[in-house]
Amino acid sequence: MEKKTPLYDIHIKYGGKIVEFGGFLLPVQYGSGVKAEHMAVRTHCGLFDVSHMGEILVQGEKAKDYLNMLLTNDFTDLKPGGASYSPMCYENGGTVDDLIVYMRGENDYFLVVNAANTEKDFAWMCDHKIDGVELTNASNEWGQVALQGPNADKILHKIVDDKYIPAGYYTCIFDGDFRGIPVMISRTGYTGEDGFEIYMPADKAPEVWETLVEEGKDDGLIPCALGARDTLRLEAGMPLYGHEITEDISPKTSGLGFAIKMSKPDFIGKAALEADQPLKQRRVGLKVTGRGILREHLDVYRDGKLIGHTTSGTFLPYLGNSYGMAIVDTAAREIGAPCQVDVRGRMVDCEMVALPFYKRSK
Amino acid sequence: MNFPAELKYSKDDEWVRYDGDDAYVGITDYAQSELGDLVFVNFPEVGDEVTAGEPLGDVESVKAVADVFSPVTGVVLEINEDLLDDASLINSDPYGSWFIKVGSISETDDLMSADEYAEYRGQ
Repeated sequence: MEKKTPLYDIHIKYGGKIVEFGGFLLPVQYGSGVKAEHMAVRTHCGLFDVSHMGEILVQGEKAKDYLNMLLTNDFTDLKPGGASYSPMCYENGGTVDDLIVYMRGENDYFLVVNAANTEKDFAWMCDHKIDGVELTNASNEWGQVALQGPNADKILHKIVDDKYIPAGYYTCIFDGDFRGIPVMISRTGYTGEDGFEIYMPADKAPEVWETLVEEGKDDGLIPCALGARDTLRLEAGMPLYGHEITEDISPKTSGLGFAIKMSKPDFIGKAALEADQPLKQRRVGLKVTGRGILREHLDVYRDGKLIGHTTSGTFLPYLGNSYGMAIVDTAAREIGAPCQVDVRGRMVDCEMVALPFYKRSK
Repeated sequence: MNFPAELKYSKDDEWVRYDGDDAYVGITDYAQSELGDLVFVNFPEVGDEVTAGEPLGDVESVKAVADVFSPVTGVVLEINEDLLDDASLINSDPYGSWFIKVGSISETDDLMSADEYAEYRGQ
């Protein structure tokens, strides 16, 4: 049975069109539609319910050693208040999940994982647990909202004292105060814009939501849902688990080398990733130059030869064109080169382009 | 929701407007609302034959693709090229945004009146 987030009644109140996603009932769009929500985040501000994301605590004297073994990134130099993105691999180099690690303090880490993977991740982590580490799946205790867009900083400053607002990208403040509600505020997001992810006790999520809507409306804030979340992350070139990274697609293939520290003595999947060099396939961006909309799982050709398949694709509202991401043979991956995508039996002309498609001006 | 009385409606949410022996075909206000922001349309070409109950093309929203079924059997006389450039016209004006004009009509699906269609869709 699908679960409801603590904001389910709010979604109904705001006219959300509810779908099942990652085991949760969530809105795919509100009344204004995906395009308007997408544009609000690029130009003003959007507010998302991301309470479905999983939260897992890793604590104990061996917590850092454990994370360095479990994950591909290196947590040796992570400081309290810092955050770090990392894939988590199987021994064969395939991807269990991608996640964010927040360091709350010595021996105290807070991991945020994809909703659909929470149970799988927790089981995998328990199977590889070492002495001196305690694991807790705290997913049901937390609500989470994402406040994203160029006006996010201004809006949050109306509500929260400066000292509780993290200044640097990928930093976090754990003991924040949101008009009396204890919150954790991180300067992170999945849209390509400046913004925050705010964590609160689940039962306080509606109060935080309504406060942000009220204080943000004069600055163009509107509620945004899963449809816009997907178009925004795609426009920003960000991978989504189950699409660009899967049990069969390694994080190296997907271009996440920045978060894979091969210099570490060892980690789960390192040997397989080392053996998979040079990479047979790599991720690339596709821009439609002909007529059509790319979707996932379409074959990519050049000169009649199959060179890969798409992993995501749609019409991107801010850029005003159809784009997609694909995993293609390394030899065929050339920025600027043409290719053709089989869209339900019709060959659509595309060009390979660099990622991200969209990058905000700072 | 708006269902003009002068049109006929199919159970697959297309509308038909007769022009003499020919017919304009589009999708209803209900259909565009369910599909969301439309970004692309695929049409047959002028001269192609369309068959009642079979797909005549498709429409794509940001989220998904949906077949558009022909309510009539006949030959395509015209296509609405404005929609090829801007599919969002269908969202803003579903009954002005005809997809194709069909002639030589030999067969027609069972079509509903506006009142019957509104009831069918629970509106």
